Amino acid sequence: MITANKAALAILRIYLMLLALLFATAAAYRLPPGWYSTPISMAAATAKLLLIFYFYMHLGRQKPLVRVFAAAGFVWLAILLVLTATDYMTRGCSF
Amino acid sequence: MNDEPDIAAPAPSRTYLDEGTSLRSWLLTTDHKRIGLLYMGTITIFFVLGATAAALMRLQLAFPTADLVTSDSYNRLFTLHGVVMVWFFLIPSIPAVLGNFILPMAIGARDVAFPRLNLASWYIFVGGGLIALYAIAVGGVDTGWTFYTPYSSTYSNGNVMLMAAGIFVAGFSSIATGLNFIVTVHKLRAPRLSWFRLPLFVWAIYATSVILVLATPVLAMTLLLMALERGFGIGIFDPRLGGDPLLFQHLFWFYSHPAVYIMILPGMGVMSEIVSAFSRKTVFGYKVMAFSILSIAGLGFLVWGHHMFVSSQSVYAGAVFSLLSFLVSVPSAIKVFNWIATMHRGSITLSTPMLYALGFLALFTIGGLTGIFLATLAVDVHLHDTYFVIAHFHYIMVGGGVMAYMGGLHYWWPKISGRMYPERLASFAAVVIFAGFNLTFFPQFLLGYLGMPRRYWIYPAQFQTLNAVSSAGAVVLAVGYLLPLGYLSWSFFWGRQAGANPWGATGLEWKTPSPPPVDNFAVTPVVNRPPYDYEPL
Amino acid sequence: MWTFIATEVLFFGGLFLAYFIYRMSYPEAFYNGSRDLSFWKGTLNTAVLLTSSLALALADAFMEQGRRRPFRICLLATAVLGAVFLAVKFSEYREMYERHLVPGMDFPPGVAPATQLFVFLYFVMTGVHALHMLIGIGVMVWLGRLEFRGDIAAGRHAPVQMFGLYWHFVDCVWVFLYPILYLIPHAR
Repeated sequence: MITANKAALAILRIYLMLLALLFATAAAYRLPPGWYSTPISMAAATAKLLLIFYFYMHLGRQKPLVRVFAAAGFVWLAILLVLTATDYMTRGCSF
Repeated sequence: MNDEPDIAAPAPSRTYLDEGTSLRSWLLTTDHKRIGLLYMGTITIFFVLGATAAALMRLQLAFPTADLVTSDSYNRLFTLHGVVMVWFFLIPSIPAVLGNFILPMAIGARDVAFPRLNLASWYIFVGGGLIALYAIAVGGVDTGWTFYTPYSSTYSNGNVMLMAAGIFVAGFSSIATGLNFIVTVHKLRAPRLSWFRLPLFVWAIYATSVILVLATPVLAMTLLLMALERGFGIGIFDPRLGGDPLLFQHLFWFYSHPAVYIMILPGMGVMSEIVSAFSRKTVFGYKVMAFSILSIAGLGFLVWGHHMFVSSQSVYAGAVFSLLSFLVSVPSAIKVFNWIATMHRGSITLSTPMLYALGFLALFTIGGLTGIFLATLAVDVHLHDTYFVIAHFHYIMVGGGVMAYMGGLHYWWPKISGRMYPERLASFAAVVIFAGFNLTFFPQFLLGYLGMPRRYWIYPAQFQTLNAVSSAGAVVLAVGYLLPLGYLSWSFFWGRQAGANPWGATGLEWKTPSPPPVDNFAVTPVVNRPPYDYEPL
Repeated sequence: MWTFIATEVLFFGGLFLAYFIYRMSYPEAFYNGSRDLSFWKGTLNTAVLLTSSLALALADAFMEQGRRRPFRICLLATAVLGAVFLAVKFSEYREMYERHLVPGMDFPPGVAPATQLFVFLYFVMTGVHALHMLIGIGVMVWLGRLEFRGDIAAGRHAPVQMFGLYWHFVDCVWVFLYPILYLIPHAR
């Protein structure tokens, strides 16, 4: 790391952002709990995921096709979660 | 036909079959063609096993209170039949046998993208199969192929864990095969073979692979959770302990409904090849066909709740799933109409593959239309868990899936073996299968409508006539399946030489000798024409 | 490889669905279950894993530049950090075991069935994740061997890139497991 290594520096910068997010998550947990607790921690986790996918897993420099495949897993996961949730969230209703 | 050099001209001396005949040369091969044949042998064994179980059940059901098997053995028989036919025959049938053999050739490639992974997936499949066979041999499972909790996880005294392990392992084989095909289609297409020049068979296998890759892991996790619940007594799906059995059903059907499309989509691909080749016409509405394959694959993931209408799933979710299920009929109907339009004014030859294709068309249409009955929320309440459902999905899976597999097998048999089967005997067998199938399963629609529930080993005497007809049909069907087993094996060694392209079909796989050389093509083919470039006779 | 990642997303997805449904159903019990876990160990492990991802990303970059020594150091660091993670995980399991908070054992009285569900999900989710980590460490040993033999070098280092995707993905799974297992806020 003595030579100016741009790639390594970029990786390090992402790492610091990840650590900051982790710190934010942990700190938010120490706050008095409220409606915002879970959204904060999930938003931070999603941000970490995006950083890792985009930079560490080089999604940023991939062809669109690869990005489609990367997204496919999450889209299908969303299908699973959302459609199952439609059942559970409306189940309490009675006629 | 004249702007391309005939690359089949110099007949190579060594075909893939000549390349070593020892057992070792087969078991360690990475040749996609040989792996296809390995799969073919394996699933044929499983088919015979599953069919035997079905035959025993039909024998028991020929009489209202027969004593052939006990209620418990009957439960084990239908579980065996379901598990073996779904996971060890239908799912690998067209993709792993015909897909493995034909797909690389159809895109002008030397092999699949990862040949060693391909062989590994066969071994994984055999491993899963052996575990499942062991589970059957030491007593079997009585839960039905669906493994519904909490029965499977708490009360059943069958070998649920072993069977689940077998399916779990076989699932990895599905994933590996799917992954391999996806990469193969993306990376190894011949020069200038663009996406819209691909045969529809390739599109169908591609869509199937996507489903395999995205759905199978959920099944694996579901079975894992079920087995852990059984092992540790923690009620993740057990209502007594705060769990929800419906969650199991959600997870299970998230895989198992798309699994139906794993079984039928490749069949649709085979259909397009056969119908167009034997009508000497290009497929009507090629692009629409390709997109409807993709949309069936996509929509297949949105409809699983229609298996749960009479569970305690919320009625709102039921209504949503019902509506989404209707949507699947749109691309399916488009395909049926386009096949008919392809035949319209074509020069039709009624060869054996075409007979199977016509059979598929009739049976799939009946199966599809009765599917609409079942997708209708209110009608399903009456028909749920009756023989109507049994008949419906056998029309799709056997009438659609197996007919297409048989059709594809006959269509590509000259390519696979280099030899022709006896045409008249083969046409006769196709007709016997069609007749036997209808005789077996059509009465079951009526039985179900009249209220006969599935999964019982005895029934009231009033249902006997229809059940007897159904059992008689099963005998005809069995004869129909034994015939090809006999004459195909015979023709493999003693049939008449087929030549490179006995059907005069388009498609790259026909541009190389039969049986193909190890490397498939002497010269990498270049594609300059649209698919299905047929000239009428 | 991305197709494989999509498979993995759905493999873990089934678990996340189960978690999501039961957390909605039993928020109080899940809060109680979460309190039994060590906040500090979870946080520490998250940091350890993020650092291992850093090391692997650096290793990948060094490999691309053909710098073998830094590559080896970074690959080793990744594997060691993975092992550290597993060690912490193991100490956590051990603690749970001592407190009889393990599925299959008799839970101490007063642990509600729904809390047992949480514990069960905790073990399955972290267990499957740990299994992935173990496989990952095994692959790194293999990668190290390939590099020493000279089978991978700059320009033909696809195995390193593929493995990177895998390891980073496993890391991402933990990034989500951490808040949903360790950081459940008290329900009102």
